[in-house]
Amino acid sequence: MASSQIIILAIVATSVATFISRFMGALTSEKVSVKSKVFQWFNCVAYSTLAALLGRMIIFPAGVLADSALFVRVFVLVICILVFIFSKKNLVIPTILSAILLSFFNSI
Amino acid sequence: MINHKIFLRGLKSLKGSRSPAIPLGACFIALGALLKDAGFNLQQSAASSLFTYALPGQLVMAESLLVGASIVNIFIAVWLVNFRLYPMTVSLFPLLDHKSQPKWKYYLSCHFLAVTSWLIAKDGYKKIDKKNRIDFWIGIGIGTWSTAILMTIIGYLSADYLNKDILIGLAIVNPVYFFCMMIGAMKNLSISIAVIGGTILGPFIYLISTEWALLFAGLIAGTIAFLFGGKNGE
Repeated sequence: MASSQIIILAIVATSVATFISRFMGALTSEKVSVKSKVFQWFNCVAYSTLAALLGRMIIFPAGVLADSALFVRVFVLVICILVFIFSKKNLVIPTILSAILLSFFNSI
Repeated sequence: MINHKIFLRGLKSLKGSRSPAIPLGACFIALGALLKDAGFNLQQSAASSLFTYALPGQLVMAESLLVGASIVNIFIAVWLVNFRLYPMTVSLFPLLDHKSQPKWKYYLSCHFLAVTSWLIAKDGYKKIDKKNRIDFWIGIGIGTWSTAILMTIIGYLSADYLNKDILIGLAIVNPVYFFCMMIGAMKNLSISIAVIGGTILGPFIYLISTEWALLFAGLIAGTIAFLFGGKNGE
């Protein structure tokens, strides 16, 4: 178990490491026009980085999610995306359903 | 200073059938429980969400602490996993930019940038007059940020009542919500290529390098999407 001092240092390090990217982004934004190619490229990279993170979270999850079977995670994800599409893009139903489905499949 | 009506419109994005409150709640409750496990006290857990407010980075921090990683290693690991916030900020803030707005609003409110708030802002900015978009963003940011902090506290306090199956169930809510939001955002070819390419390349490159996977997958898939998606990105 980490000591209190180490924990505080870790919180500071994590917060600074995170804020750097946000703040650099805000500074860069001042020089980027919405109509420019650079903006379009950043937009594509942002979406694909996010998608990469999500793909990783499902296939190689960190934390408790790693204790569920890969097949079950993908199955739950596909079902919930279908519910999202067929419920006229309601987000509340598929998200609640995902928790119930995964808890259920994992407990049997 | 801040247009209250527009600010409230941003804040109200927490309500309704597209509400992010449930996925945010689910993942930060799970985080609160995890931080308790990692030896954090209540104040430290709340401070982590208050000052970091980026779930993947906080997960990396907690897991690194559990395996006894050094502070420098934690810093680098978190920076790499949260570097996505840089392109995300650059692809959002120019849309909110207006000459009449003071710069401090942008410098302070960039702290609210996280996947949830970004997706909501990208989804709704067009409905807001360009002059007031930053206030709309601040409304979204305050709403999602305070939800995250509150839920971390609730998760910490309820950790003893959450069994493993419930925690696993909570952990899937966030990726499911994000995937749904991204599929909703796939309105043109370049975004569609970016999302599908990133989803495939992310786990694939992770097999080669765990730390650099996100950065490389994002750059490669994003550039392909930019080159082949045509000039219709938003």
